[in-house]
Amino acid sequence: MSLLEIENVTKTYDALTVLTDVSLLVETGEIIAIIGRSGSGKSTLLRCINGLESIQAGRIVIDGVEVNDPGTDLRKLRQQVGIVFQGFNLFPHLSVCRNITLAPTVTKGIAEADARELAREALVSVGLEDKIDAYPDQLSGGQQQRVAIARSLAMQPKLMLFDEITSALDPELTGEVLRVLEEMSRTGMTMVLVTHEMGFARRFGSRVVFMHEGRVWEQGPAADTLGKPKTKELETFLNAVLH
Amino acid sequence: MIREFGWIDVFYLVAAARWTIALTVAAFIGGGIVGVVMAVLRVSGIAPLRWFAFLYVQVVQGTPLLVLLFLFFFGLAIVGLPVLPWIAVALAFSVYGGAFLGEIWRGALQAIPKTQWEAGSALGLSFTEQLRYIIVPQAVRVAIPPTVGFLVQLIKNTSLAATIGFVELTREAQLTTASTFQPFAAYMIVALLYFLLCFPLTQWSRHLERKINVAA
Amino acid sequence: MTYTLQFRDVFASWEYLLQGVVTTLYLSSIVIIFGFLIGVICAAGRIYANRVLRMVIGGYVEAIRNTPLLVQLFIVFFGLPGFGLRFDATTAAVITFTVNLGAYSTEIVRAGLQSIPRAQIEAGFALGLSGPQVFRYVILSPALKMMFPALASQFILLMLATSIASQISVNDLFHAASIIQSRTFRDFEVYLVVGVLYLALALIFRVAFALIYKLAFGRR
Repeated sequence: MSLLEIENVTKTYDALTVLTDVSLLVETGEIIAIIGRSGSGKSTLLRCINGLESIQAGRIVIDGVEVNDPGTDLRKLRQQVGIVFQGFNLFPHLSVCRNITLAPTVTKGIAEADARELAREALVSVGLEDKIDAYPDQLSGGQQQRVAIARSLAMQPKLMLFDEITSALDPELTGEVLRVLEEMSRTGMTMVLVTHEMGFARRFGSRVVFMHEGRVWEQGPAADTLGKPKTKELETFLNAVLH
Repeated sequence: MIREFGWIDVFYLVAAARWTIALTVAAFIGGGIVGVVMAVLRVSGIAPLRWFAFLYVQVVQGTPLLVLLFLFFFGLAIVGLPVLPWIAVALAFSVYGGAFLGEIWRGALQAIPKTQWEAGSALGLSFTEQLRYIIVPQAVRVAIPPTVGFLVQLIKNTSLAATIGFVELTREAQLTTASTFQPFAAYMIVALLYFLLCFPLTQWSRHLERKINVAA
Repeated sequence: MTYTLQFRDVFASWEYLLQGVVTTLYLSSIVIIFGFLIGVICAAGRIYANRVLRMVIGGYVEAIRNTPLLVQLFIVFFGLPGFGLRFDATTAAVITFTVNLGAYSTEIVRAGLQSIPRAQIEAGFALGLSGPQVFRYVILSPALKMMFPALASQFILLMLATSIASQISVNDLFHAASIIQSRTFRDFEVYLVVGVLYLALALIFRVAFALIYKLAFGRR
C-alpha cells in the first residue's frame, strides 16, 4: 500500500473541469515534484489531497484513510498532512512560537511548556531558533516561509505538501527556503511539491509529474523526464521555463 | 381626560415628523458650518488653530448631548436671550453636529495623499487653492458615506430635544401617551416613523460605501 | 446685568454627584460587557448561521440602529408593562442599553471577522483545527484587535448615552444634576459641572481601554 494513493480523481467547479481522471501513487520517502503551467490544475490537486477542496469523482487515500469519505475525520487527517502555501499564511497576531504551538496545544492537548520545546526543535530544523519570540511582520519573506514550514513540521506529519512556496520570494530568499527543503529531504520526509524550481526538482526529486490541462500528462524519474521529455507539451513547457 | 387611541393620534404623530425633519435639517446646516471650519482648522498649518479644533472635538464628543442641550437651555437666560427650546436646540445641535462632522471631514481630507498637496504647492497654489481645487474635490467622495451615516445619528438624536420640551416626534408621543394611556402603541408608531426616515439613508450610505470600495 | 457663576452650592451637594458617577459607571460596565457578548455571538451568527437566523439577526440590527435610543427606552419602560412585562427603571435601562449596544457591536465585530483573509482561515484548517478552534484562534482574536478602536469609541458613546436613563428616573449622574438643580436653582452651573464629570469619565474610559488593548493584544 502506498502512502498516498490518488485514483481517477476528477474535480469540477460548476461547468469548469479542473482535474480530469488524475491518478498518482506516492511511496513513503519519495519526493514528488509537480510541474506545469499555471492553470494546469497542479495547485488544485495539492489542495484536494489536504481536503481543502472537494472532489467529484475518484478516491484520495492517505495511509489507508480516504480523504473524500464523509465519515473521515478531516481534522485528524490534516494533523498528519502538512501543507505550506505560496503566501506563507502565518497568523499575524501570534508570535512565531505561538504560530507553531497553536495546533499542537489545541488539537493534541500538548502542554504549553512542552509545545515551546517542540517549537524550538522545529525552528532549529529551519535555522531560525533565534526568532522564536519574533512576530511575522518582523521577518523577511524567506524567514516567514521557513517558520511556516516549521509550523507544519511541529505536527510531525507523515506527508508534506508544498504549494509553490518560493514563488513569492526573491531569488536570494528562494535559496534559503530551498536549503531547508534539501535538509528535510535527507530526513526521509515524504514530500509533494508544486514548484517552478526545475533545478531543485532535478536534483532532489525522486519523480517529476508534468500536469497539463488538468491531467497527468507525463511522469517519470526526475532526471529522465526533465532531460528527455516524451511529449511535445512537456518539451514546450521546459523550453519556456529554462530559457 | 383619557380617550381612545385612534387614527387621529396616528395623524398627529405623522404630522410631528415634520418637526423632526426640520430640526435635522437645521442641525445639519448649523453643524455643517461648524464642521467645515473645524475640519479646515485641523489640516491648517497653524498649530494653535489645529489644537483648538482638536480640543473642541474632544470636549464635545466627550460630553453627552443631553448635557449640551441643558447647558444651552439654561445658558440662554444668562446671556440675555429668550429662554425658548428651539433656540437652545438649534445651538446645541450645531455644536454637537460640528464636532462629529468636523471629525468625519478631517478624516476625508487626510485620506488624500500628502503628495497631492505637494503637487499643488509645486504648481504655485496657495493653501486655500490647494484645498479648493485639489483636495476637497477628491475628499468629497470619501466623505459622503460617513456623512450620510451621521445624518442617521442626527435624526435619531433629535429625539433628545423632547427632554427640554421641543415638540417633535418623541415629544408628541409623550403627549399622546399622557392623554390616551397607550404608551406601547404611541412609541411603536414613533419608532416606525423614525425607522422609515433612517433606514433608506442607512442603505444609501452603505451603497455609496460599497461603490467607493469597488472603485478603490 | 451680568451673571456671576456660583459653584459653592453645587459642590456642597457632592454626595449626589458621587452617587451619580458610581451609578453611571456601574450601568455602563454591565451594559458594555453584555452588549459586547451579544455583539460577538450575533456577528458570528450573521456570518456563519443558516439563512433564517441570519435574517433574524439582520432585522434586529437594523431595527435598533434605525430608531432612537430614547424611544427604545420608553418602549421597554412604559410600553412593555402593557403586556405584563414590568421592570424597575434601572433594569429597563440595562436591558435597553444592552440590546442597543449589542446591535452596534454586531456590525463592528462582523466587519472585523470578515476582514480576516481567507488564506489565514485555510491555514488554520490545514493545521487540523476544528471550525470553532479556527474561529477562536485564527479569526476572532486578530479581528478583535483590529476592531478594538471602533468598539472602544462605541463603548464611550454608550457611556455618555446612559445619561438618557435619567429620563425614566434612574439615579445616574445626569439625574443627580436635576436633583441638585431643584435644590440650589444653580441650573447652568450644575450642568457645567456634570458635563465636566462626563468628560472626565470619557477620558478615564479611553485610558482604561488603551490599557486593556495593551494587555490583551500588546507584544511582550
